[in-house]
Amino acid sequence: MKLKKSTINNIISYGIVIVTFIICQMMISSGSMTRSLKGQMVPICVYIVMAVSLNLVVGISGELSLGHAGFMSVGAFSGIIGAAWLRSVLGVENEILRLVLSMIIGGAFAAIFGVLIGIPVLRLRGDYLAIVTLAFGEIIRNVLNCLYFSLDGNHLRISFNNPNIPGTILVNGPNGAKDVDKIATFPVGFVLILFTLFMVLNLINSRSGRAIMATRDNRIAAEAMGINVTKYKMMAFVTAAALAGMAGALYGLNFSTVAASKFKFDTSILVLVFVVLGGIGNIWGSIIAAALLTVLPELLRAFADYRMLVYAIVLILVMLATNNPFIRSLFDRLIHRRKPATQRGGASE
Amino acid sequence: MTENTRKKRMLDTRMVPAPSHGIIPERDLNSTPVLEARHLGIEFGGLKAVDDFNLIIGKTEIAGLIGPNGAGKTTVFNLLTKVYQPTMGTIMINGRDTAGMNTVQANKLGIARTFQNIRLFDNMTVEDNVRIGLHNQVKYGMFSGIFRLPAYWKQEKQQHEQALELLSLFDMQDMASSRAGSLPYGAQRRLEIVRALATKPCLLLLDEPAAGMNPHETEELMRNIIKIRDRFQIAIMLIEHDMNLVMGICEGICVLNYGRIIAKGTADEIQANPTVIEAYLGKKKEG
Repeated sequence: MKLKKSTINNIISYGIVIVTFIICQMMISSGSMTRSLKGQMVPICVYIVMAVSLNLVVGISGELSLGHAGFMSVGAFSGIIGAAWLRSVLGVENEILRLVLSMIIGGAFAAIFGVLIGIPVLRLRGDYLAIVTLAFGEIIRNVLNCLYFSLDGNHLRISFNNPNIPGTILVNGPNGAKDVDKIATFPVGFVLILFTLFMVLNLINSRSGRAIMATRDNRIAAEAMGINVTKYKMMAFVTAAALAGMAGALYGLNFSTVAASKFKFDTSILVLVFVVLGGIGNIWGSIIAAALLTVLPELLRAFADYRMLVYAIVLILVMLATNNPFIRSLFDRLIHRRKPATQRGGASE
Repeated sequence: MTENTRKKRMLDTRMVPAPSHGIIPERDLNSTPVLEARHLGIEFGGLKAVDDFNLIIGKTEIAGLIGPNGAGKTTVFNLLTKVYQPTMGTIMINGRDTAGMNTVQANKLGIARTFQNIRLFDNMTVEDNVRIGLHNQVKYGMFSGIFRLPAYWKQEKQQHEQALELLSLFDMQDMASSRAGSLPYGAQRRLEIVRALATKPCLLLLDEPAAGMNPHETEELMRNIIKIRDRFQIAIMLIEHDMNLVMGICEGICVLNYGRIIAKGTADEIQANPTVIEAYLGKKKEG
């Protein structure tokens, strides 16, 4: 009975995403979408995936991570290099296949970094963990600023602080990657969102997900119940890192130039804003917040110089509204039927 | 158990807590005790919070740990569950030394506990709280969880049934889908016991299970504790300030004061012990 309910709720969730995608596709093909908005579609997908994956760390596993953009940059650069390598060495010409494979490469590398960073970081608690993740995010960006990659025949060459390497330069230190194949497409981004939802929702509703939430709610009790806290914190952290890496690869392959400076601390905070605004632990909130807040600056062009001011005011209004008891009870009644599912997802109270 | 260890243990029982002093009933003498603490102690910067604590609990025994406030009762629980590492002595669970183990490993050996200040997973449902207790009895990994392999469906269903069965012990199956944090106080205490039982312990540690309960609820709790013992055949050790409960159901009682055991025995022996009376009420004025 219970299992069925959560499965039905998941199916409804996927259904809403699919319907939204179809509407967007129809708007694109009928030409009723502005050019700038059309350009925003892939970044929206990327930020949705970023927000959902960060929510897995912040909301579900309860650890504040401020270095999520670091994993995104690892995914972006390994994805870009992977795409070039796949094309010239393995001769994969199919763009979609190349994009998907590059995303997997990006996710894998980000996951490796997730493990490496997770080992020291997850020994810390609370504020210290946040500070160290922040530092790691910055370290990754600064190291990437000094790395040079080139493809010399069939060899991938890496150098540190030395731009004079043979072959075609792929990543040029602080200038970042140039002449990237723009193979990222909106449909693939949409599939990535579905994949992320599938991973995160199924993880939450399984044995491992419950253990992750238990360590969030009460670490001492979880240990007393025989749950290996570090293992499950690590699981959430690495899964989130892998998803961020895949999103990063999609992001990197959407622009012709990508520099490491794109993945600054600001980006981590931006994603955190999506998570907080959508409700910590609330997957749906993250999706809506990420989509709206990515589009919002675009829509606010009419306000010209006052754009960021209006943006800030909107943020404050949303926060006030979501904390207003009247509006909350209204929402509760509206989604009353779906309530158990949001609870299982650890909805913010 | 090998002949050697049995001999050793018999020697220790004579040396440390003699059976006649009650804490280990005669019927359990032939099996390995569930818990055996020897010369257990912990120092916090020179302060001996617990010192030379010796205790043996047999299978299916209900033992009580009492003492004035600050005597070190909860510290003993924290030592047994390895929240603190003892600075002296050994703890044996079912004949296995727990030196160097952590809380998780101690739980896997069979120690489960409840907490003095309730520590439930507030944002999860009642059923999910029990399922956390069942965590280590279910063996499917993250992969089959995410991709919903047959192992997932089979074991989730099994877990669901087990959780409801455990909840039905306390007639709580109707609350299965409500949020644990929203339960009334008494129900939260009961849920903590169910959750601890779900880990399949051989020794259940209850830290003030009757705190905040009225006499009627306490009586029900006493019946339930005995019911649990009989049904699961486990040993139970409890810290409690309610003397009716302790004297009513504990087969052996251990009194702690300033981190040291000052008396051990049956309820009657403890009630008549002058040291215990002194610890609780103070010394009679001379003259």
